[in-house]
Amino acid sequence: MASGTRARRYPVGIVPGTLSEVARQVAGDEAPPLPPNAALTWIGKPVPRADARAKVTGAARYTVDVRLPGMLHARLLRSPHPHARLLALDLAPARSLPGVRAALEYAQPVGRAIEVPAPGDAAKAPRTLLYVGDVIAAVAAETPAAAEAALAAIVAKYETLPFVVDLESASDPDAPKVFERPVRGQIYEGGGESAGLAQQGNVRGPSTAGSRGNAALGLAESDAVVEGTYRTQVQTHCCMETHAVVADWRADGLTVHLSTQYTAGVRAELARAFQLPLGRVRVVVEAMGGGFGSKSSAGNYVRAAVALSREARAPVRLVLDRREEHLDTGNRPSTVQRLRIGAKRDGTLAAIALEAYGTAGVNIGAGPGFIAQALYTCPNFSISQSDVFVNAGPGSPMRAPGNVPGAFALEQAVDELAEKLGVDALELRDRIDPSPVRRAERRLGAERVRWSERHAPGADRGPVKRGLGVAQSLWGANVSTNASCEVRILRDGSVEVLSSVQDIGTGIGTVLAQVVAEELGLTPSDLTVRIGDTDFPAGPPSYGSLTTASITPPARNAAHRVLRKLLEAAAPALASEPAALVARNGRIATADGARSLSFREAAARLRTDRVSAVASRSDDYGGFAHKSGDMAQAQSMLGGVQFAEVAVDTETGIVRVERVLAVQDCGRPMNPMQIESQVQGGVLMGVSYALFEERVLDRRTGHVLNADLEHYKIARSRETPPIEVVLLENYQGESATDAYGIAEPSNIATAPAIANAVYNATGVRIRELPMSPATVLAALGRVASRRSRA
Amino acid sequence: MSSSHDPDHSGNAEGITRREFLKGTGAAIAGSTVLAAPLRAAALPQEAAHDARRAEGGKLPASLRVNGVEHRLDVEPQATLAEVLRDTLGLTGTKIGCDGGACGACTVWLDGDPIASCMMLATDAAGHEVVTIEGLARGEELHPVQSAFIAHDAVQCGFCTPGLVMSCAALVERNREPTADDVKAAICGHVCRCGSVPHAIDATLAAAKAMGKG
Repeated sequence: MASGTRARRYPVGIVPGTLSEVARQVAGDEAPPLPPNAALTWIGKPVPRADARAKVTGAARYTVDVRLPGMLHARLLRSPHPHARLLALDLAPARSLPGVRAALEYAQPVGRAIEVPAPGDAAKAPRTLLYVGDVIAAVAAETPAAAEAALAAIVAKYETLPFVVDLESASDPDAPKVFERPVRGQIYEGGGESAGLAQQGNVRGPSTAGSRGNAALGLAESDAVVEGTYRTQVQTHCCMETHAVVADWRADGLTVHLSTQYTAGVRAELARAFQLPLGRVRVVVEAMGGGFGSKSSAGNYVRAAVALSREARAPVRLVLDRREEHLDTGNRPSTVQRLRIGAKRDGTLAAIALEAYGTAGVNIGAGPGFIAQALYTCPNFSISQSDVFVNAGPGSPMRAPGNVPGAFALEQAVDELAEKLGVDALELRDRIDPSPVRRAERRLGAERVRWSERHAPGADRGPVKRGLGVAQSLWGANVSTNASCEVRILRDGSVEVLSSVQDIGTGIGTVLAQVVAEELGLTPSDLTVRIGDTDFPAGPPSYGSLTTASITPPARNAAHRVLRKLLEAAAPALASEPAALVARNGRIATADGARSLSFREAAARLRTDRVSAVASRSDDYGGFAHKSGDMAQAQSMLGGVQFAEVAVDTETGIVRVERVLAVQDCGRPMNPMQIESQVQGGVLMGVSYALFEERVLDRRTGHVLNADLEHYKIARSRETPPIEVVLLENYQGESATDAYGIAEPSNIATAPAIANAVYNATGVRIRELPMSPATVLAALGRVASRRSRA
Repeated sequence: MSSSHDPDHSGNAEGITRREFLKGTGAAIAGSTVLAAPLRAAALPQEAAHDARRAEGGKLPASLRVNGVEHRLDVEPQATLAEVLRDTLGLTGTKIGCDGGACGACTVWLDGDPIASCMMLATDAAGHEVVTIEGLARGEELHPVQSAFIAHDAVQCGFCTPGLVMSCAALVERNREPTADDVKAAICGHVCRCGSVPHAIDATLAAAKAMGKG
């Protein structure tokens, strides 16, 4: 065990570039400092994904593929009205149908803003349904068809109420109210406050948390001010595997197979909700078909399936359909952002003022303000952000919540400011951006895209105009300290790596194998990695871009500690002190290599069938910037700079993205091939957000008009540009692996880079998403705008 | 085909459920509803015969040849090929992403051509050769597209992967010298939300090259 601390020296700096060293005082049982990736065998190498073969042969088992004996099929009854009182609900006709095994009312939905009851208030009866798709009841039957029939048999009586589904109308003081009373909710990265804000009609806020200095004064004293109103749309996650659960309630405990981003978190939620001891709840996920923020918790469908299983005494499978995905599994909230930036003649920022409204439907959390608050050096910042409630499904975290819409405004405004000051857009950022990492990224990127040859806005003469734009990203380097990993060495020389951490497609299982193989001198494919099961030590969630940062240091430390046990067992045979032995190339050897045993021979000398070590995430060696509960943030944030080249057809309004260059950082990169995949995914989701995606609500009926994958447009192969990824190595000497995340930073800069490229192409700024042909033609003055038509 | 890069496009299939569509709507609508050109719309159901047999109640006999094996099954008349592959035959490698022909996850081969198996009634697959993702490799030897998907990391969450692989493999089986645009055309009906399309294109081109040499 740990015996005090010791001083160690770690490489720091950026590659490409020269490295220096930093001294850290670290716990005695931390694995020793790792050299830069160039000197390593597995870490930082493009090791093929461990589960790729299973995925390309169809053998990988997803939650939707789980079949248990006696398994029932569940469906949810959802509100057909955007706003209604549920006057009566009769489940008896459903229960009496053949094959129906359970039916229950679902009365206490989670994952949305909740009205704070007044003292002495009884629970509201009858219940008010707040959006089309609001869950009312759940049924389980022996076949999907019987479950469908049961839904149809339920008798529900509604009193429809006035509703509102668009942000502008909802902001009107006379608009129908979504909530009668003040609400509280949960805030994620974007900004805002969980409780205690003023609420007038449907407008809750403003939250001014994060403001500093005096922005009004700063603006007044500025030499140049830019001002614009930016609008962003609602985007839905569209995971390819719809939300899916198989719940199996038994007398000795509950097992839940769930397509989830956080097995350990869901376990804790379900234990609380069903008043079970943690040890009686097990959550399992093998392969997992995408989450993007929408599968982070035990949503209503999970709780309904568990309750049905408890009632029916049988396993219950509940798989949402594609329409339900758009209605009720979360979304990225819309925003309207009025942004003003003032600067001195030399480019120094004097003030940033952001007034934002957004709607997360019946949830809070639409604030986009964090990136404007934190990306650039600016003494005066004022933020005022409000949620506007509408009768639509609750928003939820989605890949870089807040920062994606926030960057669309901020990075266009900075582009505009540069032009106004007569300064190059990269040069201005060199003056106002304190990050040395992004500075290096700008330089690398500018060379690749020949930034210096960029033409003036609107310089092309023909109807198709080309342009080049740039934008930057900022994301917290998040860490969960509630992250543990076990490494076992068995007597036959086999090695197991265990954690409840789940692989949502990022390849964390492969990375764990790389880290442990590096430490034990083995090959990643030699190892058995078991993850996605709460029977193993509790791993971190797969959100917040924190998975790699949280779980790879404990994996390496556990490997380091269990290796010491193996070295002790091998030492007598090698006539050496354990501390003088090394593990490399599948052997345990004396430092000079004169005497050695194979790893397997060494393991045969263990006194017991297996030895094991469990390690948990230590604090960053230099300390965290802040920590709250299990969640912490490293001192340096994550960056990224993206360049986009576009062609704008000024006659049709069609924007084509012809190339994206993403220059990104994530501390020490663990698997550059997987990182490239993930960055390309972030960029593509950004292209899609910029040009195509938009959930459309019908103002007259309150229904989602494009709740499918046909009319909800997503960038596909023909809209996919060449995406080049340049990855920096950024060593900071903060943990046993020094690794951080990449998923979210790669999704932030794309849309504003495209918008800035469109400006460079046309000389016209598009301040509204998606940049559809209609929006582009309106901005070009060729047709009336959608909003003026509406 | 209705383009996937026209956000204002509104399809003409509104108000028609997929079952109704499968049951008897003409091929003209099929052409505009199925996004991917290469994902051919399923053949028209043999309505009259079905209706006659359904009138007798219950399931229909269907003889399906899947991955070289003949299966004599009784299936629900409304069951899609995707459902029967997954639920009756246990071939869960075929994924259902949208159940409406708009995402490509359920792509299998019908007589060598990629089709959306969620858009075809199982009974209509009788008499045809169906190949699913489980039947693509020859024993332990992967199809070159499968190997290339691994080598190029064209897999993230992997849920769209079986369908993508089937479309890419069908392409290289008929065209050993495809261009990147050919690959894009072959997979334009697929949604990969993780964004593995660039690597899938690289992988398919590499596989075609390897097959050309082989």
